Amino acid sequence: PRVGLEDPKTALLAPKSRTERICQAPNPPFFVPKPRAAIASQTPAPHFLPRPPIFCPGPPFFALNSPPNTSASVALESCGDPSPPTDPKSPLFCPKATTETPSPPPHPPHWGVSAWGCGALLGSAPQIDRFLPVGRLKYYFAVDTVYVGRKLGLLFFPFLHQDWQVHYQQDGPVAPRFDVNAPDLYIPAMAFITYLLVAGLALGTQNRFSPDSLGLQASSALAWLLLEVLAVLLSLYLFSLPTDLSTPDLLAFAGYKYVGMIAALLAGLLFGSTGYHAVLGWCCLSIFVFMVRSLRLKLLAEAAVGVAGRGSRSPPRTYLTAAIAAVQPLFMYALTAHLVR
Amino acid sequence: MAFTLYALLQAGLLVVNAIAVLHEERFLRHVGWGSDQGIGGFGEEPGIKAQLTNLIRSIRTVMRVPLIAVNSVTIVLLLLFG
Repeated sequence: PRVGLEDPKTALLAPKSRTERICQAPNPPFFVPKPRAAIASQTPAPHFLPRPPIFCPGPPFFALNSPPNTSASVALESCGDPSPPTDPKSPLFCPKATTETPSPPPHPPHWGVSAWGCGALLGSAPQIDRFLPVGRLKYYFAVDTVYVGRKLGLLFFPFLHQDWQVHYQQDGPVAPRFDVNAPDLYIPAMAFITYLLVAGLALGTQNRFSPDSLGLQASSALAWLLLEVLAVLLSLYLFSLPTDLSTPDLLAFAGYKYVGMIAALLAGLLFGSTGYHAVLGWCCLSIFVFMVRSLRLKLLAEAAVGVAGRGSRSPPRTYLTAAIAAVQPLFMYALTAHLVR
Repeated sequence: MAFTLYALLQAGLLVVNAIAVLHEERFLRHVGWGSDQGIGGFGEEPGIKAQLTNLIRSIRTVMRVPLIAVNSVTIVLLLLFG
């Protein structure tokens, strides 16, 4: 049954099918069970939003944990059209996007942007959703080549970049592909794996390679990464520093130093010890500036603190920002020094 | 660096065991870290000591039962595989 285009008053009075009632309720649950025939006949394409996210007023539709007893999670489009009705009187009317986000060039169907806002989430198994917030992770992997290029440029040369503020849309931060300041997890993940490969290469050129040593490098780097993220989380908790930095954000910031490490290792392989130290010095400086400028807006700014009065410039905040930024060059040196002779 | 993931897990297990062993009555109260010792006003920002006390208390409450299981598994594995 088509919903959403009727007069709300009579629609509420008329007897309805269960789906209709759920879709028109003021607070529809996020996942609406759909009849099996409809699931089977639906092709995968309509799940994706091929356009900028539509910002719906009202209750948040980006709930990420499915109710435990749904057998199949389906797209929100089952409530009606894939496109929201334009009639202002219908309960599912969504106003058009404001001018904050640019309209991107037509992309191939993607998932990342639809994780925020009232777009349709691709259904994942409910069991995974309880352990790993897959929807939120998709946001961090919504990148494209232009973003990656700009972010890498920013990691190596952050000195001329002026505006470090992450742009926000109605429900949350803009996906990384639309804003170069937003943290992502694609670059850190790729950089980590590339670092392991380059470390293996470096060990191989010195005849120190064995498969065990590669596993040891991987394990060691991962352990230090986890330790760093846990230390930052613990400090944020102990000093009661409210901030909008989430755990994947911290993981992303901790992972950005691997890009500099790769560059330093490659320079060490090509140009020997002097090349290694020169590139390492440059990368340490640039990652320090990058971290200070990014974290300053997240930890020290008035908007990030949320509570006026206690002070966004309190000493624990500045010390924590400085400590996080200062520890990056230390890690960069410690994790690469033994690979270059 | 020979700091492996396994070493991190071992260290974590030992630290959590150490926190779980701190006795509320016999020890923490005398130091001044008991859970009922003056957390402070409601609207005030809790200081580090209050946060630490809360953290210790929550770890002890939450990890009591899982620690039994994890410790047993670790003991058996260490006995079998050294």
